[in-house]
Amino acid sequence: MSAGIEARNVTLRYGDTTAVDSVSFNLKPGTIHGLIGRNGSGKTSLLSVIAAFRKATSGQVLFDGEPVWENPQAVRRICFIRGSGDTVAADWPSDRVSDAVSLAAAFRPEWDSEYAAKLIDRFRLNTRAHISKMSQGQRSALGVVLGLASRCPLTIFDETYLGMDAPSRYVFYEELLADYLAHPRTFVVSTHLIEEVASLFEEVAILDRGRLLLQEDVERLRSRGASITGPAGEVDQLAELLTVLSSRQLGPTRSVTVYGDLDPDLVRRARAVGLELGPISLQDLFVHLTEPERTTV
Amino acid sequence: MFDDRFPIYRQIADRIRNDVLNGTLKPEEQVMSTTQYAEFYRINPATAAKAFQQLVDEDVIYKRRGVGMFVRPGAPERLQAEFRQRFFSDVVDPMVEQARTVGIPIRDVIKRIEASANREPGGHDTREDDR
Repeated sequence: MSAGIEARNVTLRYGDTTAVDSVSFNLKPGTIHGLIGRNGSGKTSLLSVIAAFRKATSGQVLFDGEPVWENPQAVRRICFIRGSGDTVAADWPSDRVSDAVSLAAAFRPEWDSEYAAKLIDRFRLNTRAHISKMSQGQRSALGVVLGLASRCPLTIFDETYLGMDAPSRYVFYEELLADYLAHPRTFVVSTHLIEEVASLFEEVAILDRGRLLLQEDVERLRSRGASITGPAGEVDQLAELLTVLSSRQLGPTRSVTVYGDLDPDLVRRARAVGLELGPISLQDLFVHLTEPERTTV
Repeated sequence: MFDDRFPIYRQIADRIRNDVLNGTLKPEEQVMSTTQYAEFYRINPATAAKAFQQLVDEDVIYKRRGVGMFVRPGAPERLQAEFRQRFFSDVVDPMVEQARTVGIPIRDVIKRIEASANREPGGHDTREDDR
């Protein structure tokens, strides 16, 4: 039960629109992966192909080495909690929370009903409530309940926090981590609220305009962004050796955001000429990496 | 709890190193497990494991198979020695450099250091005015 995912040149087109553009990657089993991207970057499309909700236009996704498309065994082991709670409502238009829970219990071999009850309690959901009449945040919470209590070898949460208030989101993150520690399995969590969840991820993949921008160990990614500030000439000399993501100027002073490994030699060189080196947050790094205009020198 | 701009595993390694340095964690004492770290700090267990691996590489902690991580005997002394060495390059040298930049005579710097050193720890410098 390793639950590793391999995407091979996955492309998904809707008419003239290319939502996913020949994406290839491996998702290590037993790991929490973050999928990060702006609105419309293709996150949901890519996840839909991984979960076999949609057929790739070309390329394929392998789950434990087997193609996922039209593979009932694979699909039973994949739990895809789609987007906003609205899709939860669309799946069960006239049903109550208890109906959705019973269905999951029947369909998911690893279903843990005690745990589901505990989560329902923590999210303050009413099992008698009609799903279509619940708020978006409550539907998202129901999605979390179904996703976690299913204990699927591969669980995908696609922006499942939508509409949730901060306390509920924190319950989600806390339960996700605790249940992963107790029952290690593969998770893919798509989000653009990076700051809130990044510490839960082991790896992140950034999707931008349908393409895979990078896939990296989250801790390594954190160490790869930096800001360099100082006299424009000195800054430019150093920045030449790195990927510049953004640049701002105030009089003779220039501040650039760079992406790349700052080896100790480079750091020493920068300090020696009086440049100021600073770290940047993952959120900033993400914003700079996915900005339409990368450099404004 | 952590500065989002630096790798979390390094921040955890720093905290454990500090705990060993100041005696909060004693030689042969068991360090919390990666799972406990992950739960406590709400971080991915792989991140905690990375911090532990770094400290194992530095010989600050060691692994007892099937039991957990323990503080290596002699680690506090070794960390102290390293700290002492880095103190001059990390604190003293930059201070001298800064003093030079703004034109403070080194003599004045030394005088100030001596005055501070003679002060009661945490107390006020009563001799500041009789220079």
